[in-house]
Amino acid sequence: MFNMTAPLTAPAYDVTAIRQDFPILSKPLPNGARLVYLDNGATAQKPRQVIAKVVECLENYTSNVHRGIHALGDRVTTEMEAARETVRTFLGAAETEEIVFTSGTTMSINLVAHAWGRKFLQAGDEIVLNEMEHHANFVPWQQVALERGAILKFIPLTADGRLDLTALDDVLSDRTKLVAVTGLSNVLGTVNPIQEITAKAHARGALVLVDGAQSVPHMATDVRALDIDFLAFSGHKIYGPTGIGILYGKRRVLESMNPFLCGGNMIRRVRKESSEFADLPSRFEAGTLPITEAIGLGAAIDYVQSLGLDAIAAHEDALMRQAYSQLAQIPGLRIVGPGPDARGAIVSFTVEGVHPHDMAELLDRKGVAVRAGHHCTMPLHDWLKVPATTRASFAAYNTPAEVDALCEAIRYARKVFRLS
Amino acid sequence: MSDDLYDEHILDHFESPYHKGRLEHPTIAHEDKNPLCGDEVHLELLVDEQNRVKEAWFDGHGCAISQAAASILTQQIEGKSIDELKEFTAPQMLDLLKVRLTASRQKCGLLSFKILKTMIYTLDEGKSKS
Repeated sequence: MFNMTAPLTAPAYDVTAIRQDFPILSKPLPNGARLVYLDNGATAQKPRQVIAKVVECLENYTSNVHRGIHALGDRVTTEMEAARETVRTFLGAAETEEIVFTSGTTMSINLVAHAWGRKFLQAGDEIVLNEMEHHANFVPWQQVALERGAILKFIPLTADGRLDLTALDDVLSDRTKLVAVTGLSNVLGTVNPIQEITAKAHARGALVLVDGAQSVPHMATDVRALDIDFLAFSGHKIYGPTGIGILYGKRRVLESMNPFLCGGNMIRRVRKESSEFADLPSRFEAGTLPITEAIGLGAAIDYVQSLGLDAIAAHEDALMRQAYSQLAQIPGLRIVGPGPDARGAIVSFTVEGVHPHDMAELLDRKGVAVRAGHHCTMPLHDWLKVPATTRASFAAYNTPAEVDALCEAIRYARKVFRLS
Repeated sequence: MSDDLYDEHILDHFESPYHKGRLEHPTIAHEDKNPLCGDEVHLELLVDEQNRVKEAWFDGHGCAISQAAASILTQQIEGKSIDELKEFTAPQMLDLLKVRLTASRQKCGLLSFKILKTMIYTLDEGKSKS
């Protein structure tokens, strides 16, 4: 399929060297504990390469883009457009114009819900969701459906928390206009078969939006090979800055849409009575963009590619498998979601007798940072029949010793709660 | 005031709560949740003719702090008059827990207190209307 030009012997994955790229990992916590950062699903730490790029930008070419006819404006525009091109290559998109800068996954999905949904959805049209979606890929569709009189349909989940694709043919209909699905569940860790979904959806004339917030940083996402219509993801979960995200959309789909936000940069000509809108991607980039953050995102993707996304994925897969088997040995611990073969680098669990919030607090004492709560997936927690879970999520810099530290800290929490 | 969030006092109330359950005919009942961690508390009061809390019961689930706090609250407010409970403050509630809570965990520790205050307000509203 591609011209493979990888060297015959790939360099070994050196996690010790990678950790040195992340200044925060060597800094002790306020309580003196050593940081074991397993909250990567919430946000990833930043390597010095990204920090340096952000500082370089702020110190050397702070200026607005596409405006200043001066040296700084020129430089910053070149840098930001280079970042856009980096994103395009990373996603395998056909054209740079298909890459829209947004503030994050939430904004990207809301942009589609408003600019596409409000224009094209009619009463009785159907949007296909499922119960594992994050609120960011759930509530925008629910709200636009209410407004337009569209109907939400749900792909059922299997008992172990995968999409039941045997039901997909029944859920899809000729009224289906869009399937919105996550690439990787932020709680269950389930990796969804996007290619199969796009093939079936397209056969019924529906578009597919993939929430890539969790998947894009951890597994290769080729938008053309997967035939994705819309892909949304955030910079900060892929070692980049907060406040920047991406909406990828196929050119013909983006061109059919009205603007979402109106203002500067998104127009070609404004008269008192009416306006002509700019071409892609500016049409969807009203106002001053998070320029520094976009340039930082470019540096973050360069960093990921320097390590190799496949190498990162293999490393994280090993950590997940280790965690999955070690956690399963802790009394009263129940892992939610599928077995390791259908799972990305996320393991969420409950421990009988210790509420997830108490668990997170006690793990924090041992320096282990995890997330506890409903993880912005209330429908999923209704389905799981638990109010909350504790989540460990892995990244490029985590180590097997940190998985051990997690398990040890959970045993400590059980002890505090007088369970052993 | 203990620095250890999970000292004996909290864990004892969490494991063996005072008055966990429901009243047959409560004078007033109210519930609320803490969306941050999914704590839920349902509080019921039986108020006598002298406007005193004769019995207080709670039900719910959630973290140890939220549930222990509800238990401690029901124990503390029985026998108190509604007027006395109007003077009951959040810092006093936090003192009763005897542990130092971070800002985010204060939401857990004050959930039942917040419910109590809403109830007292509702009782007053009812009176002013009748």
